[in-house]
Amino acid sequence: MAIDSKTSAKALEILAAGYQVSHSKSPAFYDTYERKGDCKHQTHYCPGCGHGVAHKLIAEALADLGLQDKTIFVSPVGCSVFAYYYFDVGNVQLAHGRAPAGATGIKRTCPEAIVISYQGDGDLAAIGTAEIIHAANRGEKITVFFVNNAVYGMTGGQMAPTTMLGQKTTTSPWGRRASNEGFPLHMAELIATLEAPVYVERVALSDNKNIMKARKAVRRALEVQRDGIGFSFVEILSPCPTIWAKDPVQARKWVAEKMIPEYPLAVFKDKAHEAIENRAIPQRSVQDVLEIRAKDDVPLTELPKHSHHAEDLRIKVAGFGGQGVLLLGQLLTEMGMREGLEVSWLPSYGPEMRSGSANCHVCLSQRRIGTPLVTRPDVLIAMNEPSLRKFAAQVAPGGLILYNQEHLPQDLHLPHARVLCIPASEIADKLGSSKAANMVLLGALLEATHCLLPATAEGVLTTKIKKADMLTWNCAALRAGREFMDNLTPDGTITRAH
Amino acid sequence: MRQLCKGNVAIVKGAILAGCRSYYGYPITPASEIAEAAALLMPQVGGTFLQAESEVAAINMVYGAAAAGARVMTASSGPGLSLMQEGISYCAGAELPCVIVDIMRGGPGLGNIAPEQSDYFSMVKGGGHGCYRNLVLAPASVQEMADLTVLAFELADRYRNPTILLADGFVGQMMEPLDLEYREIPIPERPWAVKGTPETRKNVVNSIFLEPDDLEAHIRKLEAKYIRASQIECRSETFHTEDAEVLLVGYGIASRVLHSAVERARRDGLRAGFFRPITLWPFPKQALLDAAQNVSRILVVELSNGQMVEDVRLTIEGRIPVDFYGRTGGNAPSVEEVYSQVMQHLMAMA
Ligand SMILES: Cc1ncc(C[n+]2csc(CCOP(=O)(O)OP(=O)(O)O)c2C)c(N)n1
Ligand code: SF4
Repeated sequence: MAIDSKTSAKALEILAAGYQVSHSKSPAFYDTYERKGDCKHQTHYCPGCGHGVAHKLIAEALADLGLQDKTIFVSPVGCSVFAYYYFDVGNVQLAHGRAPAGATGIKRTCPEAIVISYQGDGDLAAIGTAEIIHAANRGEKITVFFVNNAVYGMTGGQMAPTTMLGQKTTTSPWGRRASNEGFPLHMAELIATLEAPVYVERVALSDNKNIMKARKAVRRALEVQRDGIGFSFVEILSPCPTIWAKDPVQARKWVAEKMIPEYPLAVFKDKAHEAIENRAIPQRSVQDVLEIRAKDDVPLTELPKHSHHAEDLRIKVAGFGGQGVLLLGQLLTEMGMREGLEVSWLPSYGPEMRSGSANCHVCLSQRRIGTPLVTRPDVLIAMNEPSLRKFAAQVAPGGLILYNQEHLPQDLHLPHARVLCIPASEIADKLGSSKAANMVLLGALLEATHCLLPATAEGVLTTKIKKADMLTWNCAALRAGREFMDNLTPDGTITRAH
Repeated sequence: MRQLCKGNVAIVKGAILAGCRSYYGYPITPASEIAEAAALLMPQVGGTFLQAESEVAAINMVYGAAAAGARVMTASSGPGLSLMQEGISYCAGAELPCVIVDIMRGGPGLGNIAPEQSDYFSMVKGGGHGCYRNLVLAPASVQEMADLTVLAFELADRYRNPTILLADGFVGQMMEPLDLEYREIPIPERPWAVKGTPETRKNVVNSIFLEPDDLEAHIRKLEAKYIRASQIECRSETFHTEDAEVLLVGYGIASRVLHSAVERARRDGLRAGFFRPITLWPFPKQALLDAAQNVSRILVVELSNGQMVEDVRLTIEGRIPVDFYGRTGGNAPSVEEVYSQVMQHLMAMA
């Protein structure tokens, strides 16, 4: 609106103060505020409150840009918690500070919607700092209107992160002291340092001229979203006459005289660049992704069906991380599954792994498996000495221990179990891959117990290992383990073939 | 056709099968594989995966996505669930369907990452503020991780309420055969959602009711849902209860140990029975009463210092002695330990 230059400053202020009531209502507002309860024609905001003006600017812009049907307004916790009373758009109310996170979920679900996160300074700059920074940094295609009134309005005037130095509030009764409460937080500047945001501006509801600028900024921010460009953010310095204990005119003056010097008005960022490149991810069918295969899709290798499985076999595999302990367990489990058994595999995880050792529990059973924890293993595969020492005593009487060495440590006597010492690492080394020691032990186990079929092992390896040379090594190691067993006398000592 | 699958991964597979295409979460052991699987799989079926800046943000993203009509989930472990409690309360208050997974680990505080069942109170009894309930399902196998995830989405929609899948580090980390069958799972209309369309323009998703009478009416409405759910949604499993003298009660991983212990007891001619709640809320009271009808002692076993046992006692109302045996800190009771407990009880009865 054109302003006569001769209009007195006082008159201008009054005009500005009356802005929220002096115009006809935007169609983006409800005609009457039915959700509000009493006084259906008035908002719940105090006279002269900046929220009313900010609402009006937003509603006008939504109507003018034709966005009303597409808009989802996210209201915060603060004086504007009841924005859904007024805006005739989709409304979602969110927890204190979390509006940008909620808006993220909304926008990702409805990318076509215009999503507005409207927040106060406690909401955005204190409790919700993480959410706003990260939504901005991800470049969420939402619009944030940040109403900075330097206090907590709703809860009765406590200090906000944006409270001015020296400003008294109920929780800074001596005036905000930098030494105790730090400095006013400049959110627009902070957001503008990030790469992703497209449009960042600070405006003030201090006088008519600035309100007109605010009006433009609100529009621009919504256009940025409408055009799918990216994240837009408008900080609105806003009077709170009630908490500041000022009349509406004085309050606007305070915005102009106190707040603007601390919070300079500026366009901090306006990159009308193209949206950030979105690299498409190849799509697959649900069946594919879930690895659902019909039975007849699976090439059934001609496995002779194993007919003499033990009813239950509980195995513990243990060793250093990197020895393929977990993998060996998984292979046994997968083999058991393919042979029609009930199976379970349970790894050690976390700190145990970090200390460099790993173990896993494998159950193979003809019946439903109760506990997957193997506390009394029928078989222990110990790939190193610490594992042998740690778990050998747990082995069930008459159980089997496969130990990855030529001999047991001299001080260790394990009369309760059958012990097979197999220098698996050495054997694997000779085959060209010390990593395949686990396969040597698997071969030995199959030969020693006939618990599962070697052909199943090769079948599993063929489907699991994609690299041809790796597959060859592993199969060779498997065979070497079995052959080694042929040269082993029953008492556990080795007859050297060479 | 069975596939060997990790429990945590099975959850994501179940979710995709159930039509969930939205995942928001934050990594934590022993639940991280859920986020990792979602990150890998969701985008391949046109879904959204987003790693949030915190569990606080994650649950509010879930809130937003649910408000916009998405079938949506998140997952975490104890510390993350503690952070989510406010958001879960908001979801319940605003009647937003969503699925939240808790792969329990040791607590309190940072505790450790080993399995525990110590979030029973915080998930089953609430944890967040206000008069609300979570529906809570307790899978005990990899297959159930997927199946109960599908059910969780269905219940969440049926009751417009958060549904929790409460598992522990063992069930999350273990691998077992998973048999998935592809089927179209219908996703119900959500006419109340806010989607940025002319039809949904008048909708509001909200948990604030300023007038005491309005809030009370809302709470009554929620309560009516909970009563309905407790009448028809109880699920449990029994084994050898017909002639049992001692009834072993446990959920999740503990129930697996109990199953083994009961089998062993039966082999030795001891009359032990097994009861496993599958829904922790609603708690399967009637089924437990039926199973306990002829027993003279109940032994509850948990990987906690005794949480679910309170619900067992509330159900039994002092009619039979209810004893408790628990291990914590990441220790799980062995079959031998439980078996010796059973022996002690039988001896005490003799
Ligand atoms: C988790 C949580 N903590 C505290 C509150 C209480 N509370 C409600 S509004 C508010 C501050 C609002 O101030 P601001 O965001 O500046 O908005 P204004 O009322 O000034 O518009 C606080 C602390 C809450 N609702 N939730
Ligand atoms: S307290 Fe302040 S921010 Fe809240 S409505 Fe009143 S003037 Fe507006």
